Amino acid sequence: MIDVNDPNFWPQLWELMLVATGETLYMVGVALIFTVLLGLPLGIAVVGTERGGLFERVLGSRRLSAVINWVLNFIVNLGRSVPFVILMVALIPVTRFLVGTSIGATAAIVPLSLVAIPFFARMVEIAIKEVDAGLIEAAHSLGATRWQIVSKVLVPEALAPMVLGLSTTVTSIINFSAMVGVVAGGGLGSVAIRWGYQRYSVIHMIIVIIIIFIIVMVLQWLATWGARRLTHRSGDTGKRKRMFESVAGG
Amino acid sequence: MPPSSHQEALPPVITVSHVSKTFGSGDAAVTALDDVSLQVAPGEIFGVVGQSGAGKSTLIRTVNLLERPDTGSVIVDGQELTTLSDSALRRARQHIGMVFQHFNLLESRTAQGNVELALELAGTDSRDRKRRASEILDLVGLGAKAGSFPSQLSGGQKQRVGIARALAAEPRVLLSDEATSALDPETTRSILELFKTINEQLGLTVMLITHEMDVVKGICDSAALLEHGRVVETGGLVELISTPGSRLAADLFPLGDATPAPGTTVIDITFSGGSADRPVIAQLARDHSLDVSILGAVIESIGGSQAGRTRLELPGTPAQNAAAVDDLRDQGLLVEVHSADAAGGVS
Repeated sequence: MIDVNDPNFWPQLWELMLVATGETLYMVGVALIFTVLLGLPLGIAVVGTERGGLFERVLGSRRLSAVINWVLNFIVNLGRSVPFVILMVALIPVTRFLVGTSIGATAAIVPLSLVAIPFFARMVEIAIKEVDAGLIEAAHSLGATRWQIVSKVLVPEALAPMVLGLSTTVTSIINFSAMVGVVAGGGLGSVAIRWGYQRYSVIHMIIVIIIIFIIVMVLQWLATWGARRLTHRSGDTGKRKRMFESVAGG
Repeated sequence: MPPSSHQEALPPVITVSHVSKTFGSGDAAVTALDDVSLQVAPGEIFGVVGQSGAGKSTLIRTVNLLERPDTGSVIVDGQELTTLSDSALRRARQHIGMVFQHFNLLESRTAQGNVELALELAGTDSRDRKRRASEILDLVGLGAKAGSFPSQLSGGQKQRVGIARALAAEPRVLLSDEATSALDPETTRSILELFKTINEQLGLTVMLITHEMDVVKGICDSAALLEHGRVVETGGLVELISTPGSRLAADLFPLGDATPAPGTTVIDITFSGGSADRPVIAQLARDHSLDVSILGAVIESIGGSQAGRTRLELPGTPAQNAAAVDDLRDQGLLVEVHSADAAGGVS
């Protein structure tokens, strides 16, 4: 049934790959947008509500901050520790409620975002904790508000490591997006399952692997380049990158 | 110079009254400041000295309320800070510049950007920000490096950016938290000179903390000695030096510890103003036919006038040298008399 000599084989294969790649990029891209929009504030909130943090007294209450901090950490840890395959299946009712269906690329965005948000929040947390406390003190001495400290000091100063953290996050979203193929989520993962696994087509498998590899390479390269441009300290981009990769844990 | 008479009539720019601050609680409690009171007059450079752990850093951080005192009041430029609302305190802080030991510059911004940050926070509009930041960088001698990132600057240059940032919003007071402690001696001198320049040109009141006596000797008009969270001594430098038994004076002008011979008289003479120029010792030896030995001597110029102390050894007991000592006192010199004991110590 796989006939490489069929004149329609290659055109069909390329069309299939093109559509699947488009679906993967769509899933990953939209999930990434949600990840940044929600993961960044979540990470900042986790650091801020810690003892001695910028928001250690939410509404004037140290206890409220401690509770918020505990809840946020719980969410982040939960999201990080549940295996994706389980999370993905467990989230099917949520996905159906939000998107109307649990099948296809759009539906896949829900579990992908939910797994990536806590992951990226942890990256943001680490990056922000690296910012020298002296800078926050200097900003206070200049009469900055808390919000100004976040927007003008913490985020800009932590931007380079956050970009590297984001690239690690994207890599794992791509990784998970392939797994979505198992539950008919579309994209390159579906191609690998439907053609490579169910129809024993080595050629489909190889091409899927090559495309995913290229996407990850390009993103990594872009992130490293971006982080280096954002870093005005000499030679610690590499160190930070290694730090994030060890945290990401592969 | 110490504040001149017309300045003395003005109220102090900084008044710290009965400020106490304790960190931690129970057995682990550490009292950083213990009923500290001091005043800084307009236009002067006021130095707070003390060993590390004496509470200097906590003290200067209470002046802009980075550290909120447990009790006591802090008045800067006529405004009581401890009772201000958050937003009023932020506005007040914009008029209190602060310079840090480790510069605390944003790595992600250029020198110009770092200075502009202060103006952004103060709500200055973008065109004025650029102009003002360039102006102030020129003032600190860093106009040519406006586009450089902190990582491309030397320690001294970074501190100049830090000073420019602190000055950008036109404060009336500049606080310096060990600003030169991370710098080499030569750079330290140039930064101190810059403090002196802005103090004179902008009429800015400067309060600095340091553990280096040279900093105080170099630029301060007044000083306070902090020990275990308490102010042990405070006053104008020239006054302190002419105060017998002043710890600060002894720290500022250490006489060394040369041992006198037993049975001799040791006298410490403090010179200030004109007396430093007169041949006091030669005259003493001649008029009283004494074999004067110099055990130690320091002459420094403070705020443009000469001041110093000399420790002399005179043969014979203090009683035998009474006439010579009286003669010195008649010349307006401050003389402390000790008798050297058998062990060679001075009492």
